[in-house]
Amino acid sequence: MAEFLQFLVSGLTVGAVYALVALGFTLIYNASGVVNFAQGEFVMLGGMVTVFASAAGVPLPLAAVIAVVAAVVIGLLLHRLAIEPARGASAVTLIIITIGASILLRGLAAIVFDKQFHKLPGFTGEAPIDILGAAVQPQSFWVLGGTAVVVVALYVFLEHTLLGKAVLATAANRLAARLVGINTTTIMALAFGGSAAIGAIAGILVTPITLTNYDVGTLLALKGFAAAMLGGMGNPLGAVVGGLLLGLLEAFGAGYLSSTYKDAFAFLVILIVLFAAPQGLFGRRAVERV
Amino acid sequence: MGALLNQRFLTLAVLAVVIAVLPLVFPSSYYFRVASLVWVSALAAIGLNILMGQAGQVSLGHAAFFGIGAYSVAIGPAHLGIPPWAALSIGAALSAVLAYLVGRPILRLKGHYLAIATLGLGVLVALVISTESRWTGGPDGMPVERLTLFGWRVSGSYTWYWVTGALLLVGTWIALNLDETPTGRAFRALHDSEVAAQVVGVDVARFKLQAFVIAAVYASIAGSALAFMNGFINPDQAGFLHSVELVTIVVLGGLGSVVGSIVGAAVLVTLPQALTVFHEYEHLLLGLIIIVSMIFMRSGIVPSLSGLFLRRARA
Repeated sequence: MAEFLQFLVSGLTVGAVYALVALGFTLIYNASGVVNFAQGEFVMLGGMVTVFASAAGVPLPLAAVIAVVAAVVIGLLLHRLAIEPARGASAVTLIIITIGASILLRGLAAIVFDKQFHKLPGFTGEAPIDILGAAVQPQSFWVLGGTAVVVVALYVFLEHTLLGKAVLATAANRLAARLVGINTTTIMALAFGGSAAIGAIAGILVTPITLTNYDVGTLLALKGFAAAMLGGMGNPLGAVVGGLLLGLLEAFGAGYLSSTYKDAFAFLVILIVLFAAPQGLFGRRAVERV
Repeated sequence: MGALLNQRFLTLAVLAVVIAVLPLVFPSSYYFRVASLVWVSALAAIGLNILMGQAGQVSLGHAAFFGIGAYSVAIGPAHLGIPPWAALSIGAALSAVLAYLVGRPILRLKGHYLAIATLGLGVLVALVISTESRWTGGPDGMPVERLTLFGWRVSGSYTWYWVTGALLLVGTWIALNLDETPTGRAFRALHDSEVAAQVVGVDVARFKLQAFVIAAVYASIAGSALAFMNGFINPDQAGFLHSVELVTIVVLGGLGSVVGSIVGAAVLVTLPQALTVFHEYEHLLLGLIIIVSMIFMRSGIVPSLSGLFLRRARA
């Protein structure tokens, strides 16, 4: 039981991070149709900027804010300088542009920061809390709580504000949205900025547990993409569920089956799900996006 | 038809002349090595281009087949006593079988779903390679026995320049010919419109699968060639970044253009070599170059340039 609980908590913690990355994917995908492979770099930036700002003497909360702002600026620049000029290019071309951006950001981080691994202190101490025999790091609660806050905030924003509804309208039909007077370019910029912020928050929350370096973004982007697909691309709820599910799969797979193949479970399950239900778990039925 | 035949012949002839003449201007064996790397990458890219440019399907895990080819010639002779040249064929056959088995369910998927499925396949193969260290040497990689053909020990960057060059010529010849066969025409019909292709009686699923298998075999042979040439192999060759590199070569050079794949490979392989001068800034510049060239030449270098020339010629 203790063991089961241990895997459950660590799975949910990692899963929450995947969920946030997947949410960032979904936001950008819905607003612009772009699959942003640089999403993982926002997570990296969140962690790295916080680490270096707090090492420079800035208090942790302020360092975290600086990191989010930095990521948002990078996200907006990515949209303005790389995505916007390539408007109308094919999906594969856009994917390659974002992969190029992720290589660029990684190279930039290696120069501006360094190539070492860095750790942040847990927000509220490091002493594990004993829950029914499972040792849980206090930071896990920060990750789960932070994820919940982000998800709720995003939900409220999308469903209950005019701007949020404009985002949904753009996601539903870009042309129709433009016809009713929504500035879709602004909406896309908003999506990139928002997803960068979400990614950075994920990075800040999880760095005390998993450490960070300039190179953590790639695998996170792949897992986040997998989570988004698992839930059904374009569905925010699906992204969150997909992320949590992926985290749990990895934790239980690593715990009960084989820890060396931890990273394999995610992709194995993705393949099986895609074979059985090609639209993901919560995806819309095949209406081809043209 | 005569004109087409000539154009195909011309492409091959130009390529052969380039391969034959380049050594005259190469100052050192280092250049032969870089050029051989270009030929190998171009070979893999030409195969992938048949899948992407002609059949219109994306693969983000193509390095898996490259890795299978490479590790077949490493593992076969070292652990199983299979002669190197036979290991190359076995690798190609394994890749073909894997592509066939996985391709059947995967190729039903569309767009991003196909991308993630192929990506997943690539990650899985790379993981197996770097984990089963008893066979593969794990993340550190493993040495590869030199290729011996009829008592001739193929080694040295000069020799490999000619061997890979010849392989590229054969690969190009097959790809150019394929373009003009009923299969090639079916591929292009798929690329333009799957529905239309289906309506005129093209067996969509079968041709997609064929393109996937052909692309896998190209990558596998290219992988084997690289492993023989380097005498060493590591899991990076099967990794996600290598898959991305292959896709980038294809798109950068031009989807559907055989010559484009060679030009794309030349650009993407030689650039990092040239950029090592800037050492620290290598990744930064590589990313920048990828973004800029995709924005300004989104249909690829070769189609963009030839479009420009055609417009000039008409004006």
